[in-house]
Parts: sequence; structure tokens; C-alpha cells
Amino acid sequence: MTIMIRKLALSALTALTLGSAPALAAGEGGHIEDFAFSFEGPFGTYDRAQLQRGLQVYTEVCSACHGLHLVTFRSLTDETGPGLDPDVMRAYAGTMQVQDATTGEYRAAGGPDHFPTSAMETAPDLSLMAKARAGFHGPYGLGINQLIHGMGGAEYIASFLLGFTGEETEQGGAIFYENTAFGGNVSMPPQLEEGLVTYSDGTEATPEQMAQDVAAFLMWSAEPHMTQRKMWGFVGVIFLTLLASLLYLTNKRLWAPIKDAAKHS
Amino acid sequence: MSGIPHDHYEPKTGVEKWLHRRLPIVGLIYDTLMIPTPKNLNWWWIWGIVLAFCLVLQIVTGIVLVMHYTPEATMAFASVEHIMRDVNGGYMLRYLHANGASLFFFAVYIHIFRGLYYGSYKTPREVTWIIGMLIYLAMMATGFMGYVLPWGQMSFWGATVITGLFGAIPGIGPIIQEWLLGGPAVGNYTLNRFFSLHYLLPFVIAGLVILHIWAFHHTGNNNPSGVEVRRGSKEEAEKDTLPFWPYFVIKDLFALVVVLAVFWAIVAFMPNFLGHPDNYIIANPLATPAHIVPEWYFLPFYAILRAFTADVWVVIAANWLSFGIIDAKFFGVLAMFGAIAVMVLTPWLDTSSVRSGRYRPMFKSFFWLLVVDFVVLMWAGAMPAEGIYTNIALIGAAYWFGYFLVILPLLGVLERPTTPPATIEQDFKAKVKAHAKKSGPAPEKIPAE
Repeated sequence: MTIMIRKLALSALTALTLGSAPALAAGEGGHIEDFAFSFEGPFGTYDRAQLQRGLQVYTEVCSACHGLHLVTFRSLTDETGPGLDPDVMRAYAGTMQVQDATTGEYRAAGGPDHFPTSAMETAPDLSLMAKARAGFHGPYGLGINQLIHGMGGAEYIASFLLGFTGEETEQGGAIFYENTAFGGNVSMPPQLEEGLVTYSDGTEATPEQMAQDVAAFLMWSAEPHMTQRKMWGFVGVIFLTLLASLLYLTNKRLWAPIKDAAKHS
Repeated sequence: MSGIPHDHYEPKTGVEKWLHRRLPIVGLIYDTLMIPTPKNLNWWWIWGIVLAFCLVLQIVTGIVLVMHYTPEATMAFASVEHIMRDVNGGYMLRYLHANGASLFFFAVYIHIFRGLYYGSYKTPREVTWIIGMLIYLAMMATGFMGYVLPWGQMSFWGATVITGLFGAIPGIGPIIQEWLLGGPAVGNYTLNRFFSLHYLLPFVIAGLVILHIWAFHHTGNNNPSGVEVRRGSKEEAEKDTLPFWPYFVIKDLFALVVVLAVFWAIVAFMPNFLGHPDNYIIANPLATPAHIVPEWYFLPFYAILRAFTADVWVVIAANWLSFGIIDAKFFGVLAMFGAIAVMVLTPWLDTSSVRSGRYRPMFKSFFWLLVVDFVVLMWAGAMPAEGIYTNIALIGAAYWFGYFLVILPLLGVLERPTTPPATIEQDFKAKVKAHAKKSGPAPEKIPAE
């Protein structure tokens, strides 16, 4: 299993060193850029500042149409997630309207409430998008991109947001936009343009920056307990390795007289 | 319980004697644990313990998951996410359960191929083999129905495709399909009955596992040499065997923990690698996914199902001979179930007088080709059913049937096997000596206590 860890560490390393230079096709059709996200590899964790920027992009841009209804506002305070201050989180939740489950009336949201569902009926909910769009199966259906390059749904989302070519096609009264990540025409128009949001931490809001930030945020929204999961991974693997070593020695000693007898007979 | 002569449990204290007269349960446990086991078992014999562990793992994690899961079509998907997000340790529980199914099948495939190589299915172990095949079938049913429960896109469309197989049976097919689904199409009623059966079948498997263990405890384990334990006297038997406890319990535990360390790394670092991303999209009866792919452990048989298209000559022949009753779809279904049926019949298809593949030079090559064939079929099953992939699947399927129906029966006649050792004791000594020679001068002697 040390090989396993080494392999995982190696894949994290390759992902880091390769950066965003090479572009790999993730499975079918589309063209997915391999971004270097902080959460890749066994040691990867979420970048809190990036998640907060991503939350801002989601709030100011995506949420106009897309919902996030599996995510609770209180989870925004997660230490390993966006890590908002509880008061900031409550103030943020208060800006959103949710339907009360008991009274059926709309009211300002609180910590235990979920984000609203999609405002536009045809816009998919984004809670799990980073896992639903993971390019696990390329190339040749062997999942190599995922295994070696750590490529997943976050790469897809960022590539998608940056993948508009500007070509537009009209079909049956609706306009479709060509997208290289999808590998065809999509109904969502291009969103990101230079300086669309103003980051409070002074980060320059380039389309590349915003795309990666919101992709990272959506990875967190799809897998909020990733950091704890990896921690359990190390605890478990170390414990099991120690236990295996002890059992190996026990087994060797237990069989020694038997094998000795067989050798000298 | 075993036919091999060995010491049995003798109650000594008053309490033990009292209980033994009324319920000899301590004796049953003692005899089960102390069963004489061939000394020469190699590392391919550890997967039974891994499988037993998997069954317990799946039942324990499953029971806890059920405490938080809602088997209702509009709530199931969200309740799984509730487990992932809000239940303490829920994400680990679910990932353990989902990947536990993969470990279960990975182990069962090695276990089955081990049996095929060392002739573990041969007389007198046919019943052990058949019970094993029933366990495998029950596992497939359980795995399939479990995959439907999260109610994602692959859950829904997988259920649609697989139950559709039964619909391909001429005449009664549609009735059977509707009976399985509980209605005209996959819906809440399907989810409910699959949930119920997914909870029931593991306990059926547990019962079959007890029969499986009972059967091979009665005949004694097979072993790499395929030679039977000498049963003339207790002394003779003891030269060939060692008690299961502690020798094989410790050995198996060591192997189990090594397997678990790898398993744990997969669960914690890449838990979704073996799953399909589309299952993170809630089931939508109006949107069919581009490629409907079953879980990896069904892929070889899925490839065989799809290999027989209408332009294959056997399909055309079957269609003509049956006056059109057997079409390509039904032929594929028959081929898929047939691929498992030929495995069940292996004890009677293998005509060789030598049990272990180790002493069968021609058999060895054909066996390893079968393993490669299995992997190729698995890969072909994941690919779209078009172009070169259907041809590869067809060749793979042809070899699968060829191996069981033609090669195995003929090899018994054509092949000249080498001579197996006379006793297990001999085989064990040869193995230990060969190992000692390979690792140079004998290592420091560990004092035996």
C-alpha cells in the first residue's frame, strides 16, 4: 500500500508540476484543460480564500439561474471549507429567500436552511456538478486522466466556463453557443468577462481566475468533507500498515518451527 | 464435521459438560476452528477470509446506512446526500459500502479463478462449487439492486436496461419484467421492492456461506497440489495438515489487513474512481444518458450480452431454427446467463483425471488466456457497443464459451499431465526447501517457545 500512497502522491506531484500547460481531453468529445487545484492528490486541501472568492462568483453570477439546494448555509462556516464567520454566514443567508417547509411562506434564510433551488427551470442544480462532470473514464475508458493527472469535475467546470468560442447558432428560435469543453453547442451563454466581480481580497478578477475559483467552490459544495476523509485515510493506512507488520512477524514466528521441521527432514 | 481424522472437543469442567449435553455449540465452534487444513495452501487461498469480511462489512455499514436513508423516489437521492453531508462519518460509511461492493467482487473473481486453476470444483467438491456459484448470483442481484438505491441517472437507467433483459424473453417476458419492476416502468414501486430485496439477500448469502463452509469442511480443503489429505490414521493426517487455528487464522488475518490497507486508501483518497459520475445526477426518466454502463464487476457479462448482434451467424442460425422466436436481443440474454451457467457446469465439463492445473501443461496456457479474456471482456463492456468493440466482445465471448464447452472436455483426453506429488507433506517440503534455496543461507533461527 506504500506503492498506492506513492502513486497518489506522484499523481498529485504531476498535477502540480504540469500546471495548466498541457491540455487533455477528458473522455468524450470535449477538450478539458488540466488546472492545478489545491485539493488534488492525497495531501490536497481546499484553499479557503479561493472558496470564498468562488462563493462570491457563484452568488453574483451563477445563482441568477442555478441553484445549490443540497448545500446548507451553516456549512459555509466549515473550518476545512469556506470558513465564514458565523455572523457573516447568517448575514449572507439573510440575503436569500427560501420557502418555509412548515408555513409554505417565503422568508429570509437562516443557517440550517439550504441554498435555493435553480431560479431558472432549465438550469441544472450545481450542488454535485463537480462530481457529476468528473472526466473519470478517459482515455479508452481506463480513467487514466483521473488517476494520473488528478482531473475531475472541477477541471470540467473551469474549462466549460472558459470554453466559449463566440460562435452562435440559432435553432428553433433559441440561440446556442459553441463550447469546446462540451464539444458542441450549449444553451448557456458565455458569462465570465474581465472584472465581472470585484474581489475583496484584491485578487484580479480575470476570467481564468473566476473560472477556477468557482470550480473550486463547486468542488467543495460537492464534497464538503474531503479534508476529513483524507485525514481518515492517513490514520487508517498507517494503522493498518502497523497492524500488518505485526501480523507478518507473528505469522513468520508461528510457522518457523513448522517450516524448519520440513527443511531438515 | 470433517472426514479427516483429528481430535475433537472434550468437555472438561462441570459447566462445559452440562452445556455439552444440552447444546454442543462449543464443540461445533472448536471443530470448525481446529479443522485440519492442508499445510501447503498458498496465498491464493486467502480470499475466502476477505470475502467473509466483505459480507460482514457490507451488512454492518448497510444497516447503519438504512437508518438514514429514505427509500422513496422523490427523497432517496437527497437522503443519500444527507448521509454524505450531515450524518457523522456518513461520507465514510457510504464510501465504504460502495467501494466495499467492489472489493467483494474483486475478491470473488480471484476466488473463482483460483478454484478454476486448482480444480477446486472437482469431485468431491462439486456441491461446494455450486453453492459458491449461487452465492455469486445472489451477490450480483444484491449489487445490482443496491446500485439502484441512490436513485441517480445510472441507477434509474441501469434498472431500466437490466429489467429489460427479462422483457426480451419471448411470450412471458413483458409479464416478468412488469412483475420485477412492480409497474410498467421503473418507478417508486421498483425502488421499494429493490430496497426490500437488497436488505434481504445479504442474509440469504450469509446462509449460503454457512453451507459453503460446511460443505468444504466436510470434504476437506482442496490445495495447490490437488492431492487429497491422507485419512488412514490421525498420525498420517497430521503429516499433511495443520489446525486452522492458529496457523491459517494468523496467515489469513495478515493477508486481510494488507488488502484492507489498499482498500482503505482507495476509499479515502479516490472513493469515486470506480463509480460512474452520472450517478451524481438525480434520476430523470426524460433524459437518457449517452452511454449506460453497469458497475465494473458486471462488465464482462454485459459485453457478452451485447456481443451477439443480429448480423452474427449464430444469431441468424438460431433465429432461423427457432422460426424467429430467438431474436438478437433474446440471444444476447441467453448468452449472458449461459456464460454463468457453463461455470456452474464446470465440474462435469472438465474431464481431466488430474485435479490441480499445476500439473497440466496445456491447461495452464488456456487458463491464463481465460483470465486475459475476462479482463478484455470487462474493458469491451465499458466501451460503446459499436465498431471494433463489438467484434472484440464477440471474440472474447467465443473464447469464454469455447474454454468451458470445448477446451475443458477435450483437454482431459488430449493432454498428458505431469505427475503430482504423492502426498501434501512432500509438496510442502519441496516448497519450503525451494524457498530456502532461493533466499540464500537459512535466516537466523527464531527460537521456538
